[in-house]
Amino acid sequence: MDDLATAAVEAALAGGARYADARAIESRAEVIEARNGIVEAVDRTDRIGIGVRALIGSSWGFHAVPDASPAAARAAGAAAAAVARASAVVPGRPIELAPVEPVVATWSSPCQEDPWSVPLGEKAALLEGVTATMQQHGADVANASSHAWETRKWYVSSEGHRIEQHIRECGAAMSATALGEGETQRRSHPGIRGQYGTRGWELVRSLDLPGNAARIAAEARALLAAPACPSLEATDLILGSEQMALQIHESVGHAVELDRILGWEAAFAGTSWLDLAQMGSLRFGSELMQITADATLEGALGSFGFDDEGTPAHPVDIVRDGIWVGVLSGRDSAALAGIQSGGAVRADGYNRIPMVRMTNVGLLPGSDSLEAMIAATDDGILMDTNRSWSIDDRRLNFQFGCEIGWEVKAGKRGRMLRNPTYTGISPRFWGSMDMLGNRDEWTFWGTPNCGKGQPLQVGHTGHPAVPARFRGIRVGVRG
Amino acid sequence: MTAPAAQLASDVAGDVLALVRRRSADAEAEVDVRSGRLGLTRFANSFIHQNVAEDLGSVSLRLALDGRVASARLDGPSEPDRLERLVGQAFEAARVSPVDPEWPGVGGAAPAPNVDHWDEATASASAEDRARRVAEFVTAGGDLETAGALATQSITVAFATTAGQAVTGRTTIAEIDGIARTPTSDGVARQASVALADIDGQEAGERAARKAREAANPTEVEPGRYPVVLEPSCVANLLTFLQNHGFGGRVVEERRSFVRIGEPQLDASITIRQNIGHRLMVGLPFDAEGTPRQTLDVVRDGVPTAVLHDRRSASKAGVASTGNAVEGPNSFGFVAASTVLLPGDRAPSTLIEELERGILVSDFWYTRVLDPRTLVVTGLTRNGVWLVEDGRVVRPLRNLRFTQSYAEALAPGAVLGVGSDLALFPEGHDSAQLVPSLQLASWNFTGGAKG
Repeated sequence: MDDLATAAVEAALAGGARYADARAIESRAEVIEARNGIVEAVDRTDRIGIGVRALIGSSWGFHAVPDASPAAARAAGAAAAAVARASAVVPGRPIELAPVEPVVATWSSPCQEDPWSVPLGEKAALLEGVTATMQQHGADVANASSHAWETRKWYVSSEGHRIEQHIRECGAAMSATALGEGETQRRSHPGIRGQYGTRGWELVRSLDLPGNAARIAAEARALLAAPACPSLEATDLILGSEQMALQIHESVGHAVELDRILGWEAAFAGTSWLDLAQMGSLRFGSELMQITADATLEGALGSFGFDDEGTPAHPVDIVRDGIWVGVLSGRDSAALAGIQSGGAVRADGYNRIPMVRMTNVGLLPGSDSLEAMIAATDDGILMDTNRSWSIDDRRLNFQFGCEIGWEVKAGKRGRMLRNPTYTGISPRFWGSMDMLGNRDEWTFWGTPNCGKGQPLQVGHTGHPAVPARFRGIRVGVRG
Repeated sequence: MTAPAAQLASDVAGDVLALVRRRSADAEAEVDVRSGRLGLTRFANSFIHQNVAEDLGSVSLRLALDGRVASARLDGPSEPDRLERLVGQAFEAARVSPVDPEWPGVGGAAPAPNVDHWDEATASASAEDRARRVAEFVTAGGDLETAGALATQSITVAFATTAGQAVTGRTTIAEIDGIARTPTSDGVARQASVALADIDGQEAGERAARKAREAANPTEVEPGRYPVVLEPSCVANLLTFLQNHGFGGRVVEERRSFVRIGEPQLDASITIRQNIGHRLMVGLPFDAEGTPRQTLDVVRDGVPTAVLHDRRSASKAGVASTGNAVEGPNSFGFVAASTVLLPGDRAPSTLIEELERGILVSDFWYTRVLDPRTLVVTGLTRNGVWLVEDGRVVRPLRNLRFTQSYAEALAPGAVLGVGSDLALFPEGHDSAQLVPSLQLASWNFTGGAKG
């Protein structure tokens, strides 16, 4: 397959490109979905194709074909150059690429139990069983799903890269919904999106879906009778690690994408409140806040050996001691900003142009614990498991909702609360963080559905997170 | 429609069904074969920075063996050995799948509506064709920075089942979505049509620039409940939530919907119609199960009159599918398609002139449902929001957050005016909306830029 990618690159160069790269990709995906004790979908997809990127002047041209023949590869390369050339009708400043050493390498993600070797019947029985259990314990609607992806990609660039990667990912999710007179309540395990990683089926086994099915069904039912989260202008807020993963993803991860900061996504995904001139001096949060983007974390969903521009995976400091110090970048955006490539450019398939995506953007752990936070809180609210998320196009003003909350009074966890929500302005919110969970609570949450780009791309991102406490937060916004 | 692409796709679908029958005479199968092209030219900072094109080609097979169901799909060449592998995978998966007691079976022969939302020039549009219209937009933006995208797409689909259904359909879609930017504001313009020739880059660029200038130097307004005029983009968002959470067969059957058929739950000025045949519509005349898209009123004069079904939810409800199945696993179990919110008699400018004191909104952004039953949604405004007093726009506002029940926003008496305009919002090949502007009595803004 790398010969096909090479042929595509050569054709793009012959078409006038001053730089070109190509990814030949063979991938397969499996989705199994069960609902109320019935397996409703067993769906498998095989994909094969080549995507070629050609750089002429100020624009990328990209062409993809669902074909792996030499003729199709050459045609795709020539077409990519032609598309790039057409962009000269509306030119800008020529794009430069931050230097990256050409690499000839192979890389595979770790995998103990190949998801494709686990019998389909076993997977289906697992999901069928947990949805039946949830129904028996109070769920009106019980859902469960598993996903597995396997990607083999061959990357070739006109600078001499030849990289082969084999990445296996999988995960699972389940949720119980209880219907009340006027509203619905839901509980999920282990999180709203489940849990995913660049690991084998051992990840799914570790989630213990059967052991948690009855619990979340009972919690969903109990939430219907729980008091509503009070509306308070300011209170102490403790967030569990799953909700922290969402908080990091939305209010830090997207905000530090360099393409957004440079305005490349202005019309669709939006921009960022961050100004490059302030990188290195702007206070993003409290001194407890240490954020890295690290694609080398073993088993996390945003891990790989090389990004889709051939840049080796490496950790990048994003926020250090509360000061904004880094961004997520690729070779073109990094060159504009005058920095090294962050190795954060990926595409969601052969047919999409690589773009800046989160790797594993997360918090480094602190020294406290969830129990210590509760014990240290006189009057506050604990929330966990994301339910809704909304943030403005500059990634500044957010309102997030969780599935479940609890009163915290005099250092103890009290009554369960339904419909907990909180809202804030990003730097003010992060600036109020005064307690952070420890390494034992550090979880590499995986988000398999991060949407960005046109045509839309669905990215797989990782978010190491721990519980944290924030002071003076507005909660309980009502409709 | 017997275009070469459709004939080719039909042949592949026939080949797959033949492979299925060779393995089992009793197997039920449905095959979906797609081909087409997508071209998308993105611009930012007033120049084209990404320009992409993609040849599309896929074959999907859903197979049932005595109620054991599995799907397999391939992207890529439809060579005989790959089709053989596709069929083999589906059989292998179906044999070990549990019996699905709710499997509704595959659809039989039923003609699709005689619509052909197709424009040959759009199907063959080049990167240069797109770039020229982008240049018009950027030039019309004048000294303002511009950003956005212009897309052209074409898709041809052949669908066939072992029960005798065999239909083909095709559609083209062209759309531009761009903003012009001042240092303190963005203004937006959108156009969509079956034909690229209908896309006027200059007009769109001028509108975006005018709106950006009118939105410049925004100021705060106290959050609270305000009457609003919602431009069509907001209305499309409102309609999406209303239909997804309210009108699907599955959510109604599971009592997760606010909808009660036959009761006047919405304002009498609201009629929502599924109509693939509308002259401004785009899309395919059948759904992912090959069921023809039914023309029907989902809401008539404020009264919910129908729910939207795929074959599964229709079977459970004891009715026929309305042609709203979606490809692949989908949590809603259906897709609202070809939706028209019937326009009223007020010019959009009149809706503003009739507002004593309220807020005019261009776009909603990042809307998420807090409770699907009450349809309480939170989100923000984007790309221009203005205070209106005594029928005149008096000043631009900073973006606002809202937390609002969409069902209540359209409740009886809550809709003060329906615009005579109609804007098209395509969502892929399977869904599109035609919607007017609306004037609503109350919208709950729960926060400003300060949080």
